[in-house]
Amino acid sequence: MSSAQNDYFQLFALPEQFDIDTRLLEANFRKIQSTSHPDRFVTASAAEKLASMQLATLSNEAYGTLKNTARRAKYLLEKHGIDAVADTNTALPMDFLMQQMEWREQLEDAKTAKDIPALDQLHHELRTEARSLESELADLFDHAKDYATATEVTRKLIFIDKVCADIQQAIEYLD
Amino acid sequence: MALLQISEPGMSAAPHQHKLAAGIDLGTTNSLVATVRSGMSTVLQDDHGHALLPSVVRYTPDGTVIVGHEAQAQQSADPNNTIVSVKRFMGRSINDITDRAHIPYKFVSASEDLAAKVLQIETRAGLKSPVEISAEILKSLKHRAEKSLGGELVGAVITVPAYFDDAQRQATKDAARLAGLNVLRLLNEPTAAAVAYGLDNASEGNFVIYDLGGGTFDVSILHLSKGVFEVLATNGDSALGGDDFDHRIYCWVLDKVREVTANFSPLTEGDTRLLLTKARQAKEWLTDNFEAQVLCRLSNGILVDVTLTADQLVEITQHLVIKTLSPTRKAMRDANLSISDISGVVMVGGATRMPHIRQAVEAYFQQEPLTNLDPDKVVALGAAIQANVLAGNKNDDDLLLLDVTPLSLGLETMGGLVEKVIHRNSTLPIARAQEFTTYKDGQTAMSIHVVQGERELVSDCRSLARFVLRGIPPMAAGAARIRVTFTVDADGLLSVSAREQSTGVEAHIEVKPSYGLSENEITDMLKASFSSAEDDKKARMLAEARVSAGAIISSVTAALAADGSLISEAEQHAIKTEIDRLQTIAAADDATAINQAVDALNHATEAFAAARMNASVSQALSGKAINSLEM
Repeated sequence: MSSAQNDYFQLFALPEQFDIDTRLLEANFRKIQSTSHPDRFVTASAAEKLASMQLATLSNEAYGTLKNTARRAKYLLEKHGIDAVADTNTALPMDFLMQQMEWREQLEDAKTAKDIPALDQLHHELRTEARSLESELADLFDHAKDYATATEVTRKLIFIDKVCADIQQAIEYLD
Repeated sequence: MALLQISEPGMSAAPHQHKLAAGIDLGTTNSLVATVRSGMSTVLQDDHGHALLPSVVRYTPDGTVIVGHEAQAQQSADPNNTIVSVKRFMGRSINDITDRAHIPYKFVSASEDLAAKVLQIETRAGLKSPVEISAEILKSLKHRAEKSLGGELVGAVITVPAYFDDAQRQATKDAARLAGLNVLRLLNEPTAAAVAYGLDNASEGNFVIYDLGGGTFDVSILHLSKGVFEVLATNGDSALGGDDFDHRIYCWVLDKVREVTANFSPLTEGDTRLLLTKARQAKEWLTDNFEAQVLCRLSNGILVDVTLTADQLVEITQHLVIKTLSPTRKAMRDANLSISDISGVVMVGGATRMPHIRQAVEAYFQQEPLTNLDPDKVVALGAAIQANVLAGNKNDDDLLLLDVTPLSLGLETMGGLVEKVIHRNSTLPIARAQEFTTYKDGQTAMSIHVVQGERELVSDCRSLARFVLRGIPPMAAGAARIRVTFTVDADGLLSVSAREQSTGVEAHIEVKPSYGLSENEITDMLKASFSSAEDDKKARMLAEARVSAGAIISSVTAALAADGSLISEAEQHAIKTEIDRLQTIAAADDATAINQAVDALNHATEAFAAARMNASVSQALSGKAINSLEM
């Protein structure tokens, strides 16, 4: 596989930036799958089947990465040589840490009370917070090119994603 | 120019010829086979005009095997040798079968080590695995299709519940191979239904497929757009279906009979079967009627005469209906959609004819569910459409299915915890790698335990396979880096490999759990079923090898002519050398050598195939860029 196509942005013919046209991403993802999906190569040679499997797998991984904003930000940082989740990269402002603890407590309380509406409400609150971090990231990546601050905001977004996943899981067990 | 090719008689179809392919719905209660004829997907009927083949297999005293209506008619008379709802046991161990008391079969755990796991049923024809029993149903459908189409099937698409785990999928694929079917693809039932429904109605938007079959419940949410069917989320319960409603009615009837009968003796297996049949008939009758009479005489002479009303049916089974809504909500959350985003809800499976199920679904989605396609046939119809596409018959619809893995896949880590490697609802095919390390100083082997499920504890998930990576160089705990790669193909089947990064020591396993059959077992069974002489087999193998040699030579030659410029002259030359070599070998009579040369040519063209794939993707995208400028 050529290196150009190992770049997720190039693969989908998108500019390398945080603020991407998600409709174009979806459309191009479907186009790539339409061309490369293993269903198109059921009767093909083993070499063609292998190439199909590799490209379809790559485009699924790439699509998953660019579709999710936290993963997209983390991927952009990797392109700039920064590992957002490295053990050395632990700095987060105190107010965010406090905020995060508060969310965790709310999650635990709602879980204990088996209160699904409260969990839904908390989830909604976190998504709203995530959206404001996303617009910050668009500015940091695409205009200010401030990757240090972008790393911090990305870490916040990853934290929020984790709490959201835990909320979803809690709802699932209660439901 | 390549020489014109003439095929062996009866061996290969000319490229323009319609290839015979079928879609098979291997159901818990009934099975069907469908095919695309003159552009229309059609369910094939048997000689008596029946479309549904009851999924019932009977091993008769004279040694024959009977499948379908005739077997079903004998189930009360010969319950131990007449197997119904075998799909419930596919890929399952004895411990998985919780309601054994109500099932009239003698279950046996096959071998000791291969797991107190492989479940078998004792019949007068000997021990039979669910895979073998299912293969009888598939053989019957294959026979029906070939008789009706007048030729050998090139391949078939077999449907499975979306919520089937890896063991259940593998068992289904084994059954198909045992029946002599070339499996083009395992297709999830709700996705198949969406294809039949979506193409029929030219739909766009988000659709929910609510599929309550005889023994399984699936709910899938798909996004339909311009012939692409993208599964956003799937959920379900692989042990919940119409059978459970029958069972509830059966228990209710027994309670009623006990109330009025003193000294009610235990039921015989035949009585159990008879009452379950009566329960099913009562359930079906109540779809269009207010009350149903359950009337029969048991073997001990007791007369059962009970009336069940539609309201009573709702009362005793409403908890089962409610049980389907929890997976539905989970799927909606995973798809990240709300009720207002849903354009339509399609009902699939005979059990969805029950009015209280339709009402519950309508109440949840706030819209009337779509029932314009026969819920019994829609899965087979969709499978036939996909089979037609996969077999390579020209299809103007440009249909593409993007399906997902229904359950998360992971590994056991210290303390019996699960580390998920692939999360549920990931689009297929997918490959994911994760690094693990050693726990003790000097540890030279690592046991890899692959599990499937959503829970945190290994004990709450399904164990799929275990294998050991040996030869890790002794290092301090935590220093070794073992990269474990999970790959799930388009059939939803998993393979796992592990590699120690510094030495490159590797171990690999196709996850063929103890539930399925080993490659050797299948080969032995297939051999036993072939009556043809050894010489015939050899001739056939040689003919087949030559056909595949011819096919690859012509396709590579054509590809080189069209796209040779994508690779260097040296690379082109290397491929041409392999072509010449294969041509020489194919002229001789050694099938094994021909197959090896085919493999060698395949290997030589891997980089070329990848380059062509990249080029066609770039072309597809540049086309889009022009379109988007026009918009």
